Amino acid sequence: MDLTFSKEDLAFRDEVREFLATSLPADVKDRCDRGLHPTKEGQTRWQKILNEKGWMAPNWPVEYGGTGWTITQKYIAAQEFGYAAAPVATAFGVSMVGPVIYTFGNQEQKDYYLPRILNSDDWWCQGYSEPGSGSDLASLQTKAVRDGDDYIVNGQKIWTSYAHYADMIFCLVRTDSSVKQQEGISFLLIDMKTPGITVKPIIGIDKEHSLNEVFFEDVRVPVVNRIGEENKGWTYAKFLLGNERTSIARVGRSKRQVERLKEIAKAERSGGRPLSEDTDFINKLTRIEVDLMALEYTELRMLSMIANGKQLSAEPSLLKIKGTEIQQRLTNLLVESFGMYGAPYEAERSYAGRNEAPVGPDYAHGPMAEHLYLRAATIYGGSNEIQRNIVSKMVLGL
Amino acid sequence: MDFELSDEQNMLKDSVERFVKDNYSAEARAKLADTELGFSRDHWKTMAELGWLGMPFPEEVGGFGGTAIETAIMMENMGNGLVLEPFLSTVILGGGLVAEAGNEAQIEAIIPEVIEGNMMLAFAYAEPQSRFDLNDVETSASKSGDGYVLNGHKAVVYHGTTADKIIVSARTSGDSRDENGISLFVVDNNSSGVTRRDYRTIDGQRAADITLKDVKVGADALLGEEGGALPVIEKVVDRAIAALCAEAVGAMQAANNITNEYMKERKQFGTPIGKFQVLQHRMVDMYMEAEQSKSMSDMVAMKLELDDETERRKAVAAAKAQIGQAAKFVGEQSIQLHGGMGMTDEYSIGHYFKRLTTIEMLFGNTDHHFKKYAALAS
Ligand SMILES: Cc1cc2nc3c(=O)[nH]c(=O)nc-3n(C[C@H](O)[C@H](O)[C@H](O)COP(=O)(O)OP(=O)(O)OC[C@H]3O[C@@H](n4cnc5c(N)ncnc54)[C@H](O)[C@@H]3O)c2cc1C
Repeated sequence: MDLTFSKEDLAFRDEVREFLATSLPADVKDRCDRGLHPTKEGQTRWQKILNEKGWMAPNWPVEYGGTGWTITQKYIAAQEFGYAAAPVATAFGVSMVGPVIYTFGNQEQKDYYLPRILNSDDWWCQGYSEPGSGSDLASLQTKAVRDGDDYIVNGQKIWTSYAHYADMIFCLVRTDSSVKQQEGISFLLIDMKTPGITVKPIIGIDKEHSLNEVFFEDVRVPVVNRIGEENKGWTYAKFLLGNERTSIARVGRSKRQVERLKEIAKAERSGGRPLSEDTDFINKLTRIEVDLMALEYTELRMLSMIANGKQLSAEPSLLKIKGTEIQQRLTNLLVESFGMYGAPYEAERSYAGRNEAPVGPDYAHGPMAEHLYLRAATIYGGSNEIQRNIVSKMVLGL
Repeated sequence: MDFELSDEQNMLKDSVERFVKDNYSAEARAKLADTELGFSRDHWKTMAELGWLGMPFPEEVGGFGGTAIETAIMMENMGNGLVLEPFLSTVILGGGLVAEAGNEAQIEAIIPEVIEGNMMLAFAYAEPQSRFDLNDVETSASKSGDGYVLNGHKAVVYHGTTADKIIVSARTSGDSRDENGISLFVVDNNSSGVTRRDYRTIDGQRAADITLKDVKVGADALLGEEGGALPVIEKVVDRAIAALCAEAVGAMQAANNITNEYMKERKQFGTPIGKFQVLQHRMVDMYMEAEQSKSMSDMVAMKLELDDETERRKAVAAAKAQIGQAAKFVGEQSIQLHGGMGMTDEYSIGHYFKRLTTIEMLFGNTDHHFKKYAALAS
């Protein structure tokens, strides 16, 4: 056991800092810090800068374009990205479908898709959930029927984040209805421009558009776009969800939120004194900060176990549960810190073409949108109730 | 002791319930919230015709002499449908201040107009630095000739956009947090020197930041005693808090009903999600929070009628603190139990969540009222 950074680690930290200080575009940083949804253009511009530096996919094996960082270096990078309000690469490509492709895909798929993910040529979205299949994902109904070298896909996906930005969607589809649910699912990569696909927006409680419904009507998908074997899709899907659950903890981002809260609390007043001297406020913030520290060291301990070749079962679910609860507590406290200015709220698009800034202090612009959106953090990626079910079954044997 | 409503009170309840049922379906409310105005002038007329706008005012000025209990009955049922008309701002706050502090001429000029539905009011008390402290007033009113000149910035004035007259708290003497030296003024919304920044709030309502720059008002604009407005403000705000508590109870009950129904309908893993024990317990906790809140809301409505000021203020602080916590819990969990469906603007539950979130904050959040209670109880 050892927590100290080596000289090389410290030099690496300086390199990351230097890179972020000089290369992160100010507009991208600003949106990320405020907690606003990324724009496609801004996120793609930033990812291309990351890729040029060779830092697009720290978790990928080196042979596919990974960075070869040690777990300590990954930790340092995540910290620095968080502090600098640097967005990490959009998860759907790099963290979700990428690892599925290099783990289960064939050579052609690897050769074609992986470089395109690294260079942000394709924006990916995740076609898992359906109206009748959320928590019970395995009951999904979207059908793919073989027709020569194609599958013909019919059905509907819902809650598809950023489908309106997307060039590609990875989809779970039913290829066999006669067997146990989990054994009749396949994993397809589908070009969003294929005829028969319709994307319909869903406006969220944040009044913004990030969610969509995606409809498939006789959509022809070449069989070569299937990952691995037919009817083995559930295995790949679960592998992906495991990765999703760790990346969802977002410790670096939460640490930055703690810092923001401390800055804001100096500017806000409570009882005629700075809010930063209000014991109720300090108490709440401190509790979150300590919980966050516990989460951080739990994550590190798990990463260290993985690096030492230990098999984890459902432990990452813990990171998802604790991480998302902390994110919600932080945005709650952020909004609370604004006092009365926690009330004004308008969707971003209503400011388009107006040359006035949102009302209230500048730092109050963003957190309410994020606060509203993050109610979903305990729902998406497998709800926290489902995560608790998994831990109780897989880890505790109950 | 009796928590039951009288026959007359039951009739009032039925009447508001019917209005909400007829006019505030989720779709109708969403449409209304999205209009420029953010509420309906026709509904306002209806409310006037039904006598609701005169409910809390004395009979001498054309009101019905209703108590805080009548107000609570109306607010609770309006909360059920997330009613958008500026009842709280105009009747309870604005009208309440005028009725409480105004002289005969002011009362006669304003209250009958309010009762008729011809005049809307707003109360501008908060300032960017004041947070929830009613005594933290930097807006100044200096004597000039017969009248006063007002200067300052009033923050997040609910319904400041549509109010014909705005009641402004301003300092006529003392330092920014002194309890003495605060006065109330009735200011026409279109007075020269009044600049408004109008905007929407997360609960679908309308508010404004108001800048006063050398706004000249006559001596007749002064409401009540110069420098002695704080006790009046506190009294009227206490009534507004009690009204908000009742609104929260109605909103929580509606959110719980909607969620409860959804849990019976929504199936996953081949069974209604309401069959999962962890969700059953959550729903029971939400139900208990709403019940506890209803008790606190009824309690505070009854205590407002007592003369004992400390008792009254303790009751208000306790009710707001308890209901604030409950409102957050019920609002957040209603979304959680809906899964993705709870996250859509089109579905009603998110709107309950947002109104409940704002109610927790308005007139002081939970922390504020716990502190206040602790100070009063020690
Ligand atoms: C903002 C957002 C973004 C999303 N992005 C995507 C995306 O890009 N791609 C995609 O495929 N999906 C996405 N999702 C969908 C997400 O994965 C689902 O919402 C989630 O799996 C829950 O499913 P559901 O919404 O159908 O809720 P339901 O499954 O109906 O759940 C409703 C409630 O019941 C509870 N529940 C269900 N089953 C059990 C049980 N057995 N025991 C205890 N409690 C239970 C849940 O926890 C929840 O509280 C997104 C969702 C949101 C809100």
